[in-house]
Amino acid sequence: MLDLTHETPKPKTIAGARHDWELVIGMEVHAQVASNAKLFSGASTRFGAEPNANVSFVDAAMPGMLPVINEFCVEQAVRTGLGLKAAINLNSAFDRKNYFYPDLPQGYQISQLYHPIVGEGEVLVEMGPGVARLVRIERIHLEQDAGKSVHDMDPNMSFVDLNRTGVALMEIVSRPDIRGPEEAAAYIAKLRQILRYLGTCDGNMQNGNLRADVNVSICRPGAYEKYQETQDFSHLGTRCEIKNMNSMRFIQQAIEVEARRQIAIVEAGGKVDQETRLYDPDKGETRSMRSKEEAHDYRYFPDPDLLPLEIEQAWVDAIADALPELPDARKARYMADFGLTDYDATVLTAEKENAAFFEAVAEGRDGKMAANWILNELFGRLKKDDSDISQSPLTPAQLGGLIDLIAAGDISGKIAKDVFAILYDEGGDAAQIVEARGLRQVTDTGAIEAEVDKVIAANPAQVEKARANPKLAGWFVGQVMKATGGKANPAAVNQLVSAKLGL
Amino acid sequence: MMEDLNRLSLSEARDALRRRDTTAEAITRACLEAIDAAGALNAFVHKTPELAVARARAADARLATGDAPDMCGLPVGIKDLFCTRGVASQAGSRILEGFVPEYESTVSQKLADDGAVMLGKLNMDEFAMGSSNETSVYGNAVNPWRRGNDETALTPGGSSGGSAAAVAADLCLAATGTDTGGSIRQPAAFTGTVGIKPTYGRCSRWGIVAFASSLDQAGPMTKTVRDAAIMLRAMSGHDPKDSTSAQLPVPDFEAALTGDIRGKTIGIPREYRMDGMPDEIEALWTRGREMMQDAGARIVDISLPHTKYALPAYYVIAPAEASSNLARYDGVRYGHRAALAQGDGITEMYEKTRAEGFGPEVQRRVMIGTYVLSAGFYDAYYNRARKVRTLIKRDFETVFAEGVDAILTPATPSAAFGLGEMADADPVRMYLNDVFTVTVNLAGLPGIAVPAGLDRQGLPLGLQLIGRPWEEGALLNAAFAVERAAGFVAKPAKWW
Repeated sequence: MLDLTHETPKPKTIAGARHDWELVIGMEVHAQVASNAKLFSGASTRFGAEPNANVSFVDAAMPGMLPVINEFCVEQAVRTGLGLKAAINLNSAFDRKNYFYPDLPQGYQISQLYHPIVGEGEVLVEMGPGVARLVRIERIHLEQDAGKSVHDMDPNMSFVDLNRTGVALMEIVSRPDIRGPEEAAAYIAKLRQILRYLGTCDGNMQNGNLRADVNVSICRPGAYEKYQETQDFSHLGTRCEIKNMNSMRFIQQAIEVEARRQIAIVEAGGKVDQETRLYDPDKGETRSMRSKEEAHDYRYFPDPDLLPLEIEQAWVDAIADALPELPDARKARYMADFGLTDYDATVLTAEKENAAFFEAVAEGRDGKMAANWILNELFGRLKKDDSDISQSPLTPAQLGGLIDLIAAGDISGKIAKDVFAILYDEGGDAAQIVEARGLRQVTDTGAIEAEVDKVIAANPAQVEKARANPKLAGWFVGQVMKATGGKANPAAVNQLVSAKLGL
Repeated sequence: MMEDLNRLSLSEARDALRRRDTTAEAITRACLEAIDAAGALNAFVHKTPELAVARARAADARLATGDAPDMCGLPVGIKDLFCTRGVASQAGSRILEGFVPEYESTVSQKLADDGAVMLGKLNMDEFAMGSSNETSVYGNAVNPWRRGNDETALTPGGSSGGSAAAVAADLCLAATGTDTGGSIRQPAAFTGTVGIKPTYGRCSRWGIVAFASSLDQAGPMTKTVRDAAIMLRAMSGHDPKDSTSAQLPVPDFEAALTGDIRGKTIGIPREYRMDGMPDEIEALWTRGREMMQDAGARIVDISLPHTKYALPAYYVIAPAEASSNLARYDGVRYGHRAALAQGDGITEMYEKTRAEGFGPEVQRRVMIGTYVLSAGFYDAYYNRARKVRTLIKRDFETVFAEGVDAILTPATPSAAFGLGEMADADPVRMYLNDVFTVTVNLAGLPGIAVPAGLDRQGLPLGLQLIGRPWEEGALLNAAFAVERAAGFVAKPAKWW
């Protein structure tokens, strides 16, 4: 069992002119399902294709075309649900959400309003060692993405690119359990991490395959606890939804700005209107997109082109059995098995590629040493080069080879750093580099002894001083190391110097 | 040399081709001539003579190998609702003006694969919404039947009115139709032809312009019950491109036509006896009951208690689905787009395009559908209609469970009426045409209309038989027995 005991973080408090205020945040995250084909059409989902290259007759909503569910996307949604410890609904159904927009060729989005495929789950969002927020997931449903309208190519015309039309999205809806901008960003980061471990979403926010609608409201301290006891939303403030955010930084900014806007309204005796807003990062403000009165009537109804989606418990069980190790479990294992600190384990498990690299290096070696080399040397260099693990010039085998040489006492830690630089810049094999460049540590005590004798003989005055003050023995060690080009085993040198000086 | 080849039934033509008494090309040319001479019927709205002759020749080559499917070489008409590759497919609407699909509907492809020869596209009510063919952008098709010597032009029914008129007038050997609330059975009854709506899911809907997805089904419109069996088999089968198409084998429906219905139980639903029903319809129904009894069937009175709610439920569910299905006709990608004025934006483009592109009946149904799905009305209308639908289905399940094999009803509440007669009437009067047929669509059952007699004015009247789901073979056989007993051989006198 995982030990997930944790303290709950304090909610963010914003001081208004009259009172302190707390934030209450719920999020709807749209995660693009990692799949080669769209949700209902079989067309490709490849990112960066020529406009309208990935469009089938179904995507273009030609007359008489019909949707057929992509079973793999269903599997991915189930996998995601299992990864978020959620209930899987063996019976779900698709509904049509009707509205007109040029990048929505059918005139409706196929979604799951009434019977989503995934029910209640949870995500543990760590805010520091031993401090975490448990965010409840209300539901996850499958739906189609829309296309893209392009308004800036021509002064008189708009263009439509349907490549994204019909791509499968999972909408992951949280309860209003997030209590501040940092928690919101951490929640997204944690979701992204889990989805990437599961392989169900690439999580590339820049490409828009992870986007969030953020619901923000404010309340006085104590009100949220009443909501928690009763699940009665009337204890909370009126929420505004900030649409379509795809940057963690902007999400945090937008929440802060929106909360301050609401506080100002309420403290001035006004009322917050429930509405949809957009965040403008240039102006640092949110502005109204449409009010509740202007809200679309989507006229949801069950899609008659699709049968209810029925899945078998055995199929779900098979997916559950094949679920990969998830970040929380992996981090706990790294701490328990390799003795890593909470911080180191967190960094190594943040991206599944990092963890995979670490495990390949640590395999059969000292895990802590592997972690140190990756976290300090490799990540340091990659960061300097503005690169990441996926572009690392160093393979786990190469780094492992280097660590093996240190462990065997063949090279010192200092030499190892030099070898690391050579491996990183020029490639090759650590053992061969050490051999070819004569970097092997001298452990032959005879050879070291000769050098020690030479240094002692050449510096009688220093010998006297050192005998009087043993701390000065280090000077002799340094001289010997210098004379051997750093290859002498430092432990052996230390021991011999002390012995020869009679310390 | 055989004469009047266009007057052949499918089975007669099939047998003649197999005997080498004639050729597919000869039959096709006879049909093409008949079509050219029948402009007054306005049945064919897009003709494809070159394609037809080419396909006929290919069929003749295939027939020469001695191994050809039943439909090989048989010329048929295709309802305009079916998308046909390279051939205009407009669903009888202005909004699909100029639309030529790059794909072929599964059903018309299956017919083509079997060697059937497409002669062209057939007139219909716009988006299959109508019971008289008068909502068509092409102008209405005309019924080849007349009231004795009265020259009043009559409706061929709708929405598959062009198909019915073409088959009745021998412009083609058979035609495809579609039926959402009676659009195959009502025109068949008005024109003395046979039309079957199979069980929902029997024929793929892929490539057929959608009206109401949960109700739409394709089916054959033919001169005889045997022909319906032959053509239905060719049109049926599972299609992975249609999630609602059934994964069931397709039986040889023709083989089921023994005419033997001895011991079968035929239900007569008391709720189908409507107030103000013309006595001729009543008499026809009684005669149908006697014919089946004489053929050895057991006749029982049954109750389908929720029947009276069927028409209102239908006119909620069908428009609801239609309002959503027709949203794609927005002027953005294909079909008609209205000319815009300076400063017009996307909203004006939608509004003007749809106002110009859709006729009044389609607009009415889109508005009804939008209304019943709206927040605040959804439960009162759409959800209640769905519950009614479940009850109607249960009514049928109950009588079938009690041993009823088929249900006999009139097909329509009247014979064909005059074109324009309903122009000023309340639309609901037109909707009443579907009163006997919509229950079948709501329950997803197979239903067939068979000509069973003429009224005093010499117009054909049809009986409807409703069968158990997936038992079209037994249903066709019951219809075959009625057809035999009725001995309906009348043809409209040629005036066009």
